Amino acid sequence: MTAILQTQKLRVEYRSRELRQAGKVALRGLDLEVHAGEVFGFLGPNGAGKTTTMNVLLGFVPPTSGAASLFGIDVRQPIARQRIGYLPELTYYYKFLTAEELLRFYAKIFGLARAETDRRIASLLKLVELESAAKRPIRSYSKGMQQRVGLAQSLINNPDLLILDEPTSGLDPLGRMKVREIIQRLKEQGKTVFFSSHELGEVETICDRVAIVHQGELKAVGTVAGISAGHANLEQAFLKLVGFQPNPAS
Amino acid sequence: MSKIFALAGVVIRELYRRKDFYVLFVLTALLTLAAGAVNFFHDDKIVRYVKDICLLLIWVSALVIAIVTTARQIPAEREARTIFPLLAKPVSRAQVIAGKFLGCWLASGVALVVFYFFFAVITGSKEHLWPWAVYLEAGWMQWAMLAIVIAMVLLGSIYFAAPSSTSTISLIVVVGILLLGTHLKVIALQQPEPLQSILTAAYFFMPHLEWYDLRDFVVYDMGRVPVRAVALATVYAAVWTWIFLLLAWLGFRRKNLTT
Ligand SMILES: Nc1ncnc2c1ncn2[C@@H]1O[C@H](COP(=O)(O)OP(=O)(O)OP(=O)(O)O)[C@@H](O)[C@H]1O
Ligand SMILES: [Mg+2]
Repeated sequence: MTAILQTQKLRVEYRSRELRQAGKVALRGLDLEVHAGEVFGFLGPNGAGKTTTMNVLLGFVPPTSGAASLFGIDVRQPIARQRIGYLPELTYYYKFLTAEELLRFYAKIFGLARAETDRRIASLLKLVELESAAKRPIRSYSKGMQQRVGLAQSLINNPDLLILDEPTSGLDPLGRMKVREIIQRLKEQGKTVFFSSHELGEVETICDRVAIVHQGELKAVGTVAGISAGHANLEQAFLKLVGFQPNPAS
Repeated sequence: MSKIFALAGVVIRELYRRKDFYVLFVLTALLTLAAGAVNFFHDDKIVRYVKDICLLLIWVSALVIAIVTTARQIPAEREARTIFPLLAKPVSRAQVIAGKFLGCWLASGVALVVFYFFFAVITGSKEHLWPWAVYLEAGWMQWAMLAIVIAMVLLGSIYFAAPSSTSTISLIVVVGILLLGTHLKVIALQQPEPLQSILTAAYFFMPHLEWYDLRDFVVYDMGRVPVRAVALATVYAAVWTWIFLLLAWLGFRRKNLTT
């Protein structure tokens, strides 16, 4: 099996703004491997280092030490991002552009041909149900519509690997279901999906494998069944792994 | 290269969809028109005076548009978090800098064309003189100067996150150079020693924006500047622009951008 997303002894230390204070260590030697064609859930409590890992993979934050690669290419090279799609945790898009113009702009960044661009834009607008709003500036969109623009832009280059940071947070139940459906469909097409989530129920149903990080360290990695073995469910296993002691009184 | 043009396209599109720039643009055009409406009575002094005012207006407007637009580019991308989906695409930070520069520079070029066109039509209709080559040279030199200014502001915007401080500092520096640039060497000679060397060094190591000010050539009908001088000035501007863009890239390259 080939790893299309890999980190080796990844360490990230955020330098603090004040001179004398020590930096904040967000990742301590994280080793991660995601294989082609799998849906991989990236779990961990708040502040565990999930977003930081993604920030390194996307080249936003340089690693303090260690390495990370996508498709075997070091993430410091922009070309490593040619075949990926990314949906940030919280983002707004150029408000003065329309959804169609935004997608066209990103298509140019990927160097897509004109005909290919037209075809992809039409199918994506349909997929996220924004056809009727496509010619309105994003300024006029609701939050859910903006999220859907985000999903559409992450798919503009027909990526082989999707990196999604909490793709379902802030969506209504219908929106969540739609996102899950899209992830399923991508999997059927043989794509790889790497996403972080706090929704363990959702993770149980769609992930082939999961990793649990805590305080910047990998606590467990494997199939949902493998990790839950010996526990009532994934949630119990998760709580145990991050060191939560159930209150004996209750 | 097409990525850089795509980035520049977004800059330009934002500009023409923002209302505040229209205001400045229309205001300058209107003031130029109003100045043109003054009855000249064929008095040379008044003619020059009005032309001088119009050109000053064009200079101030173009500088303000260039500086304010440029100063907000990268901070706005970070503030609105649009930088993240952008950099997650196969685009390097050098290309982002280049695209932002190109967009701002092209936009200021369009503004200059419109301003000079107005100026030419108004003075031409009064004086029946159409020195296009002189205008072209003056406009080109001003545009070359704006390239240096825009690159410099882009560099500033990497270090000062607030666009307002970048704009203010840039405006002070640019106006300072424009007003004092030529005199600095003379001023230096009148100073006591440590200051004299510092000012002399500053004279040699600063971008001489004031060389690009050909307003007097236009106002006093002094004819044209030799093409060789314009070419040299263009090269000089290109070198300074390149230096500032390089420094901006060095600052931006390793910057932590956290979502
Ligand atoms: N820009 C920053 N400067 C300093 N410390 C940071 C910065 N960004 C994150 N951190 C710290 O790094 C650690 C990991 O944060 P990260 O955002 O990666 O967590 P996360 O797993 O995504 O959490 P959440 O589930 O809340 O999104 C946290 O302790 C956080 O405080
Ligand atoms: Mg996070």
